[in-house]
Amino acid sequence: MAITVRLLDAPMNPGAMIGPFTNAHPGLGGVCTFVGEVRGGEGAEALELLHYARMTLPGMEALAERANTRFGLMGLLMLHRTGVMYPGEPVVLVSAAALHRRAAIDAVDFCMDHLKAESWFWKREQRGGEWHWIEPRADDYAALARWQSPQA
Amino acid sequence: MTVTLVFLGKLADLAGAAEREVSAPLDWPQLLAALEPGLQSAIAADTTRIAVDGVLLADKTALHAAAGSEVAFLPPVSGG
Repeated sequence: MAITVRLLDAPMNPGAMIGPFTNAHPGLGGVCTFVGEVRGGEGAEALELLHYARMTLPGMEALAERANTRFGLMGLLMLHRTGVMYPGEPVVLVSAAALHRRAAIDAVDFCMDHLKAESWFWKREQRGGEWHWIEPRADDYAALARWQSPQA
Repeated sequence: MTVTLVFLGKLADLAGAAEREVSAPLDWPQLLAALEPGLQSAIAADTTRIAVDGVLLADKTALHAAAGSEVAFLPPVSGG
């Protein structure tokens, strides 16, 4: 079992991360990977993600432990960018390895919902040369509520 | 001795800086008195959380920060 959680302040290459992660877990039944990128084509020129060093990474580590306990994973990789990014650049990568498909898929979904709505990141977008803060969306909280069953 | 205030996300824009030093010790009424009105209402808003030395307060009005501590103001998040 290996949990790897990192904050990265430089561009990442998801393809280069997933192969070694998969190879590190022989005997797995399934790997699920989600990569979130900076959306292009809606007038956004850049995205900046800010964090609070004292709490952001510890919070992500606690989230990874919760996902591992809840879904009985073989391995979990959670990488999140900080700093300024441009359309097409990866922002977040979550990959889970498990004996069975459902655990891997659900663990990634669980981690993403919690990264979006509960982790200590603040996002702003540059449009027309001006920076605008992105407010949380009701959808993000609704997504989180899906996991608040008795075992959450 | 002082307490360090850390303004996160858009609160840093409102404060005009990411950090500020105020005199210690610091409780909730003293904090509010130390802030300009716009910042004061943003920090008093229900959606803004407070952490002291990396630990979230369940009730921010129970704030009690000693000299050398770091008080962070955390507006609603938007990550991922």
